[in-house]
Amino acid sequence: MAFLRAFGSWLPPRRVSNSELAPKVDATPEWILEVSGIEERRYAADADTVAGIGLLAAQNCLEKAALTASELGMILVASGSSDRFCPGPASQIAAALGLASTPALDIPVSSAGSLIGLSLAAKLAPTAGRVLVVGAEIMSRRVSLTPEGKNTAILFGDGAGAALVDADTGFVRIADSCLFTDGASAEALFLQDGHFHMDGSAVILHASRKMPRAINELLTRNQLVASQVETFLLHQANLNLIARVAAALKTPQEKFFTNIARYGNTSSASLLIAADEWHSGQNTALAGPLVFSAFGSGLNWGALLALPL
Amino acid sequence: MESEGRILKVLHKVSGKELSPGVDDSLFVSGLLDSFALTDFVTGLEEEFGVTIPDSDLSARKFDTISKVDAYLAAKK
Repeated sequence: MAFLRAFGSWLPPRRVSNSELAPKVDATPEWILEVSGIEERRYAADADTVAGIGLLAAQNCLEKAALTASELGMILVASGSSDRFCPGPASQIAAALGLASTPALDIPVSSAGSLIGLSLAAKLAPTAGRVLVVGAEIMSRRVSLTPEGKNTAILFGDGAGAALVDADTGFVRIADSCLFTDGASAEALFLQDGHFHMDGSAVILHASRKMPRAINELLTRNQLVASQVETFLLHQANLNLIARVAAALKTPQEKFFTNIARYGNTSSASLLIAADEWHSGQNTALAGPLVFSAFGSGLNWGALLALPL
Repeated sequence: MESEGRILKVLHKVSGKELSPGVDDSLFVSGLLDSFALTDFVTGLEEEFGVTIPDSDLSARKFDTISKVDAYLAAKK
């Protein structure tokens, strides 16, 4: 068994509005909002590192779970924008938490990395105990704030999220998950030589078809349908994409928690930042199924189902 | 071009515009498609022509002119 016990997050204080960004990329604030649903995003300070902001989200999550780092059995860190590729930020975060031997593994998958982390954590928790999943990204350093870089520059922001998956206790039980990879389409979305490359049309085409398909497959094999889901938590890629997924599932968009307007697309961090905000705003216990879904580089995508206790 | 009329019908439905571009004009430059309308266009083609478009074919380049779409659909028959 595996349970979701707590979430955490950390966002840099610097806000970058559409009005500030628009002249740099030869766009208008209104156009940015229309094509993305984003009003502002956060940018890390020069001194921030992916591991550093991941640590802050990890500490926030441990505090909410009322746990110390020494009680963790494993750490999984998702990031596509880490400062160093190998080793990535996982071992740095573990060391900064004071851990000398706890396994800490990197998941270098932008956007979908946190979902992969949650899915793996649920499978590993029965033997590892408590698994801390972190998603941390400083995407502002991977995009070009120029007219040529407009299509990615308007979307991305920085931040970190975390989740604690526990073998014994939590507020919801992780019932099932599914993960998929389509390497033949990997060129649609990749980070290389420090820069992020995205074929926006291809990504939207793939994501708007693959995510609903994954969610429906997961629900069907658990004898559920989309209308029974209480809340959907998706990677905050683009508000228009979330609307497409909602429409494909024939589900009201109100069931999809979103915070992309305030943080932009924080890649693999976004799912856990959204989960933390959603959970912090919950005044009553979850009454129905909770579905997570993400899509990212690889291409990797999938969904995870959590059920009330 | 065998399927031009039916392709235009799908285009008009997903774009909400009655524009009729040349068969080799970019559907993106002409304003009929954007990244999100492209998704609806592909789904609309599947419904209109009774075909399944596999994920391996999900590239904007395959669907950015009427002539390319027509050739693609002809190859699916």
